[in-house]
Amino acid sequence: MALDSSKTTGFKYVGTRPNRPDGLDKVTGRAKFGADAYAPGMLHAAIKRSPHAHARIIKIDTSKALAMEGVKAVVTRADFATGLEGEFGDILENVMAGEKALYDGHAVAAVAATSALIARDAIKAIEVDYEILPHVTDVDAAMQAGAPVIRAGAADASVPEGLHPNVVRYYESGHGDVEAGFAEADLVVEDHFVTEATHQGYIEPHACLGTLGSDGKGELWCCTQGHWYVQKVCAACLGLETSQLRVTASEIGGGFGGKTTVFIEPVALALSRKANRPVKLVMTRSEVFRASGPTSSTSMDVKIGMKKDGTITAAQGTFRLQGGAFPGAPCEMTAMCAFAPYDLKHVHQVGYDVMSNRPKQAAYRAPGSPMAAFAVESVIDELCGQLGLDPIDTRLKNASREGTRASFGPTWPRIGLVETLEAVKAHPHYVAPLKKGQGRGISCGFWFNHGGETAVSLALSEDGSAQVAVGTPDIGGSRASMALMAAEVLGIPYEDIRVTIADTATLGYNEISHGSRVTYASGLATIKAAEDAVQKLCGRAAAKWGIPEDAVYWEDGYAKPSGPNAGDFEPLHIDEITATMGATGGPICGHFEATPEGAGVSFAAHIVDAEVDPDTGKTSVVRYTVVQDAGKAIHPTYVEGQFQGGAAQGIGWALNEEYIYGADGRLQNAGFLDYRIPVASDLPMIDTVIVEVPNPGHPFGVRGVGETSICPPLAAIANAVSNAVGVRMRQLPMRPSRVLEALESAADG
Amino acid sequence: MKYYKPATFEEAVALVAGAEGVTRILAGGTDVLVQMRSDIITPDTLIDIKAIPGTHEITRTKDGGWRLGVAVTGAEMSEHPELGRDWPGVVEAMDLIGSTQVQGRATPVGNLCNGSPAADSVPAMIAAGAAVTVTGPEGSREIPVEQIPVGPGKTSLAKGEIITALTLPPRGAQGGDAYLRFIPRTEMDIAVVGCAVNLRLNGDVITEARMVLGAVAPTAVVVHAAADALVGRTLDEDALTALSDLAEASCNPIDDKRGTIKFRTHTAGVLARRAAKIAYSRAKGATA
Repeated sequence: MALDSSKTTGFKYVGTRPNRPDGLDKVTGRAKFGADAYAPGMLHAAIKRSPHAHARIIKIDTSKALAMEGVKAVVTRADFATGLEGEFGDILENVMAGEKALYDGHAVAAVAATSALIARDAIKAIEVDYEILPHVTDVDAAMQAGAPVIRAGAADASVPEGLHPNVVRYYESGHGDVEAGFAEADLVVEDHFVTEATHQGYIEPHACLGTLGSDGKGELWCCTQGHWYVQKVCAACLGLETSQLRVTASEIGGGFGGKTTVFIEPVALALSRKANRPVKLVMTRSEVFRASGPTSSTSMDVKIGMKKDGTITAAQGTFRLQGGAFPGAPCEMTAMCAFAPYDLKHVHQVGYDVMSNRPKQAAYRAPGSPMAAFAVESVIDELCGQLGLDPIDTRLKNASREGTRASFGPTWPRIGLVETLEAVKAHPHYVAPLKKGQGRGISCGFWFNHGGETAVSLALSEDGSAQVAVGTPDIGGSRASMALMAAEVLGIPYEDIRVTIADTATLGYNEISHGSRVTYASGLATIKAAEDAVQKLCGRAAAKWGIPEDAVYWEDGYAKPSGPNAGDFEPLHIDEITATMGATGGPICGHFEATPEGAGVSFAAHIVDAEVDPDTGKTSVVRYTVVQDAGKAIHPTYVEGQFQGGAAQGIGWALNEEYIYGADGRLQNAGFLDYRIPVASDLPMIDTVIVEVPNPGHPFGVRGVGETSICPPLAAIANAVSNAVGVRMRQLPMRPSRVLEALESAADG
Repeated sequence: MKYYKPATFEEAVALVAGAEGVTRILAGGTDVLVQMRSDIITPDTLIDIKAIPGTHEITRTKDGGWRLGVAVTGAEMSEHPELGRDWPGVVEAMDLIGSTQVQGRATPVGNLCNGSPAADSVPAMIAAGAAVTVTGPEGSREIPVEQIPVGPGKTSLAKGEIITALTLPPRGAQGGDAYLRFIPRTEMDIAVVGCAVNLRLNGDVITEARMVLGAVAPTAVVVHAAADALVGRTLDEDALTALSDLAEASCNPIDDKRGTIKFRTHTAGVLARRAAKIAYSRAKGATA
């Protein structure tokens, strides 16, 4: 009989707040990040990048660079695999340009040299002849007839006829009859919304150290959210057998989705193969901005009808996402998340994935959802304002709950939106008085969460301690959560468990740390692996006692006979069993491999107070409260950290962060001086409320928490600013000049 | 690239005069090193003046003013027990630049020589009536700070000349200065608009006034008419409106990623009012 430790209450370790196991290493500087790896004979690489937004590459002359003392290898596209298509073809094209440079910053060649300075000088000596082509960087412009075609034939079969070739994917869903629904409404509001591309802003630039021999065997150390994916992509780009490349993930200085893909690793390996030396490649911050994966910019239209009592009668949205020079902008996510919080009789949503001459977008925390919430929740705020309705009561009235048919099709299982909204209503922040010049905004947000391929292995040591090998890079304190869940099942202290992020040679395939999946999926696998070990521990005890295995049960770190009929034996502690395991059957390990599919969706609602300086249009966020359903908070401190992190990034996105392109198609602000991410003093203390509506798909009820927290902020902050200035803010970022213009228009109007 | 660390200004001047190609003086390096890393400049000669005796000293001059060595940093100015009492606007302008780490390196003289129209300390120094000692092969001369910048990245220093000292005049009685800048964030940013105001009073009546704007023209703008608008009056609403209008009229900004012409012009007027109020209250004895 398989052991089942499922429970939602009565925890001993889960729900406590111990220090994270990687904490000391990180505060003392001992932790090794991407750029902290060195190898004997190591070379340093640098990448030559296109200064043009769109240009045909006529000729690349590397002779002067190769002639420089200290230069050991130069690579261009000719040094990579040929014939790749689809996802890997796009990644290779992005990693190293082929016939055309598709955006400012697109890699066209790379150098490995004996020092980083020589490599930097050598790329200046590479001469590239370009034929400059017309470019487009704006999503609406890229869809217009006559817009430059980024890549012909990139569209898939989903795209209806008659659209510009830059529209590469199309998504549509919904139910009911929206026109009939709008006809039932007392008020219909329709508006156009725009958001700019933003960057995840992780503090650690991409970095790697690659070694690849002429025998096709390689080692790669890199900063990534998913090293099995890196292994697979690099093997494809270099024509290797996947298992011959071992990839080890470094500690990670932030990813937020931006490290779920590959930008530099195949380049380091290609240079290493050519130079026959280890090659280290570290992006500069400017390269990170120009040539990693920011989020999509958007152009959106949302129309919602409402009755005087607050009932939403119909909702319709059109979401156009600019995703850079490759397909992949998460237009279906945007469309699916848009109306997910609401129980709608008539709903219709459409998404467009549009290419432009910008870097290929990458995931950024709940990719596509925050923008949808901005548009939808702004319209709901406008409706509530015009109809004189309470924004929380209105959302509660229309809230999705168990059994509701979701806006994009499925029927909701047990979800926690109603509990979340009720917690907002009960929070003192919601009724706190506002000062003059301040406005309050609220918003809902939704994210799917994900399971994905997962493998975990757990080994017991002779002293009864445990080591857990997981394959999902720790991007949010997950080692602490894994140790807590293993401790709960094994019944041994948290401190007796060491959790390691294993390399690709050690475990089966693990999907990337994305989709808020780690505490859910690796957590589930850790629990199952621990149960597997407990089963074996019970077996050893049964053998010692000479009773059947199912007559033994496990409690608090002890094997115990299951009752008087099983016999009268002194319970055996885990360390008594492991001390002799070599002689009683060999090492005791547990493992689990699966693709868990019960990730519970999660909802959040945020309350924001913003204060606007009427003279300058500058916005300060003065109070912020995050309320979110976590299912079950394994380590509440790190759950709260995720809540606060999403809010902090949302504040930046809403107020000042944006990719600014010049008329020449070049990125104008490739650095933290002019890409205005919030600094600590820009943020208020961010209060958090953890709602726990257990997810039936996880033994302890866990729902992913990392991404949902960035879904409501854009809308909640925009609603707060709109209410402060008395003008609907429809465009992000709400930089001071834009707010000042709104104030002026209000004064004129 | 050649790197020198002279022990005297004579040696430094000889090196500058004799150097060919691109020469940069290195004090804190918070502009020069950043520009080198980002390939904006590649100097042939780098002359580090921090080892010259006296370059880190802040001393009271005989007339009651101040003399600052050319490697004096923002942190050294902020931590000085008396300098900020005399010239709070100059000290706060310098203190706005960069992080705590940058404050330990960045110097007002470097800020001046970098030639950025958005340099925070420059409007404050000009409003205060600061001067620099310029030393070259022909000897030394003292010139007002406002004569140094001539355009973005450009100064009036001739080949072979370097700045060897910064002086601030005696504060005297009933004086107060202030500097404000507008940035979209709270720190770690570059001025979209800067405004320095320096006032002297007799009772409640303004007797001297200087206003200088930053980041609204190719160089810091001295609004000479500010004195006409303020001298002989208290800082009443009419005076503030006149000052604000003058500030707006003095702007000649560009549209760029940091701000629009319209926004910069409007905000110059806002900052003029706000800085003037702070300078006025300081002149009346307020210590904040």
